[in-house]
Amino acid sequence: MESPTISIGELNLQDTELRLGLPGSDEPEKRCNVGSKRKCSPEEESTGNRSDAKSDHNQSDNNGPPAKAQVVGWPPVRSFRRNSVQQKKEEEGGRYVKVSMAGAAYLRKIDLKVYKSYPQVLKALENMFKCTFGEYSEREGYNGSEYVPTYEDKEGDWMLVGDVPWDMFTCSCKRLRIIKASEAKGLGCL
Amino acid sequence: MPRIAYAFPDEVLEHVFSFIHSDQDRNAISLVCKSWYEIERWCRRSIFVGNCYAVSPVMVVKRFPKLRSISLKGKPHFADFNLVPEDWGGYACPWIEAMASAYPWLEEIRLKRMVLTDESLELISKSFKNFQVLVLSSCEGFSTDGLAAIAANCRNLRELDLRESEVEDLSGHWLSQFPDSFTSLVSLNISCLGSEVSTCALERLLAGCPNLQSLRLNRAVPLEKLVNLLGRSPNLVELGTGAYTSEMQPDVFSDLSRAFVGCKQLKSLSGFWDAMPYYLPAVYPISSRLTSLNLSYATTESPYLVKLVSECRNLQRLWVMDYIEDSGLEALAVSCKDLRELRVFPSDPFGLEPNVALTERGLVSVSEGCPELQSVLYFCRQMSNAALVTIARNRPNMTRFRLCIIEPRKPDYLTLQPLDAGFGAIVEHCKNLRRLSLSGLLTDRVFEYIGSYGKKLEMLSVAFAGDSDLGLHYVLSGCDNLRKLEVRDCPFGDKALLANAAKLETMRSLWMSSCNVSFGACKLLGQKMPRLNVEVIIDERGPPDSMPESCLVEKLYIYRTVAGPRMDMPGFVWRYTGP
Repeated sequence: MESPTISIGELNLQDTELRLGLPGSDEPEKRCNVGSKRKCSPEEESTGNRSDAKSDHNQSDNNGPPAKAQVVGWPPVRSFRRNSVQQKKEEEGGRYVKVSMAGAAYLRKIDLKVYKSYPQVLKALENMFKCTFGEYSEREGYNGSEYVPTYEDKEGDWMLVGDVPWDMFTCSCKRLRIIKASEAKGLGCL
Repeated sequence: MPRIAYAFPDEVLEHVFSFIHSDQDRNAISLVCKSWYEIERWCRRSIFVGNCYAVSPVMVVKRFPKLRSISLKGKPHFADFNLVPEDWGGYACPWIEAMASAYPWLEEIRLKRMVLTDESLELISKSFKNFQVLVLSSCEGFSTDGLAAIAANCRNLRELDLRESEVEDLSGHWLSQFPDSFTSLVSLNISCLGSEVSTCALERLLAGCPNLQSLRLNRAVPLEKLVNLLGRSPNLVELGTGAYTSEMQPDVFSDLSRAFVGCKQLKSLSGFWDAMPYYLPAVYPISSRLTSLNLSYATTESPYLVKLVSECRNLQRLWVMDYIEDSGLEALAVSCKDLRELRVFPSDPFGLEPNVALTERGLVSVSEGCPELQSVLYFCRQMSNAALVTIARNRPNMTRFRLCIIEPRKPDYLTLQPLDAGFGAIVEHCKNLRRLSLSGLLTDRVFEYIGSYGKKLEMLSVAFAGDSDLGLHYVLSGCDNLRKLEVRDCPFGDKALLANAAKLETMRSLWMSSCNVSFGACKLLGQKMPRLNVEVIIDERGPPDSMPESCLVEKLYIYRTVAGPRMDMPGFVWRYTGP
């Protein structure tokens, strides 16, 4: 049984020209009108290859750099792994901040996203560090407690927890520090 | 010569053959003469079928009547990346049925990328009295009900390994089906299961199985439970944790550490889903024992990963996410001089911008510092020819090199040249290279290098590369030991394929998708090569029969077979069947 062979001489040697352009850009097109939905958009120019990750030159879009089309099966990461990473990303978006306390051997971290209000987070801190904060008032701060919760904001200033609206706090809080009331004298109205 | 062969009674030959275990050697023995073929086939105990469609179950059963162990592979490798449509095939059922009647003493079944039903699992559990090993790697089509049947009926089960299979999770109670009297378990891998399994059932199982050496839990097993489980399996050599995260509790930490130390044979750790930095140091007391560490699900930042890895001085295998960064790999290169295998996975594979400081430098460091490094899988966002040349010169002992530059067709970031020279250096210097995956901007020239130098190459994966048919021609005509070639999105077409038709019969398989192969060429190939199955998918929605010859084929899978066309092709797969 002879197998069909085409000698090397019959191969079109023009194909071997080395170019720095995108591969296959001079290949003649052979498209069949199957009318099927391809994985890449029909407007994509042929570069000789069917699915082209760089669809930038086709998205005649509006503002900003065109998004690169996501190619099926690329990069080659197994579904199991891809799904695990995806799941993690969805669970993420926590707002973890460090919490230190005078005299404690190591720091803790809490996720601010978990709490909806000041009382909730203060309670959590009280439990975590086995301390109590007094009653908060705008005028007097934390009245009558041994410890006071403070935080460092985006500008690097140390603030009393509770002064600004909750949402503003969760955005601007970089880290927390529980200090002794005696240290808090410099924080103004205490 | 013939006189010598007949001088040995069959029993003597059979006894001699019993010392020969490798498949290649056994195959070679069977070709010596008819009587050796006969003797050998009656005493072959184990076979490996790399492509389940290359041979039929009936043929296997007829030739080897006394098998105890069978391994089968189904779908092409690119099925892992969703390139093979649903219902393509790879059904295990006909094999299980044939074996159920022919091999009552079958002990081991290993399947990879196959479709397996609960009915088949039940059949397995009831047909083989001494069934011991079930490994289902990247399989699908079954549920926990099938697993319940295995648990309930396989009294001598030693290994149940579901690695990366897709299991329909109907309930975690299947584990409770292991009877109280069950003691034989040596290896259990349920890491792919999505939902919770009953911890009670797990504890009971572990308590009853003193020989358990390998336990891989699923993500749903919380860290606190891990301590109890470890306490019940002191002989573990391999452990896969569940989620490695919890409230930070010093007593959990110390219990965990103590539990690790208590498993005196523990050498391999995996799992570590969502690993918290707080708990990683629990591993430190046993770090010098560890030879294998799989942190590829640990979404922990670099410094903590680096500390852990630097402690594990005897590490031979490391799988990790790119969170380790170049600096971490430099530390690895300093600490782990026995490293043989490195895999670095992308934490953000679909992101457009790099999210971590991992570049080619990390891989170069490891190639410099780790003299035993042989196997690499590396995802990164930039590469240079210079780096690849350095790696090649550093590590001529490399046997598996898979590089994935995440953006297709990306050139050398320093010179903007194609990466032909770099990969060329790899194949030139690494004379024992068996497996290679290419990426980045590549012209036909890289294939010329591969064809010239890749004489030991067995598997090649190519994507978005090459300029013309010449690229494919170089590989098919030059790589003497090529068994598997998988290609996607390359301008390879009819000419190279037809010119090298005979080569295809010497390979296990060829996969080409989104290339430039025409329907007509496939028809011609199928017509001329009856011992190949040339399977064509033009449009996944329907059969290609009425397509013109010039129509380009979307997916092409060619493999050698002695079983003729397969009977289970879905409607959208076409194969040449007659003039």
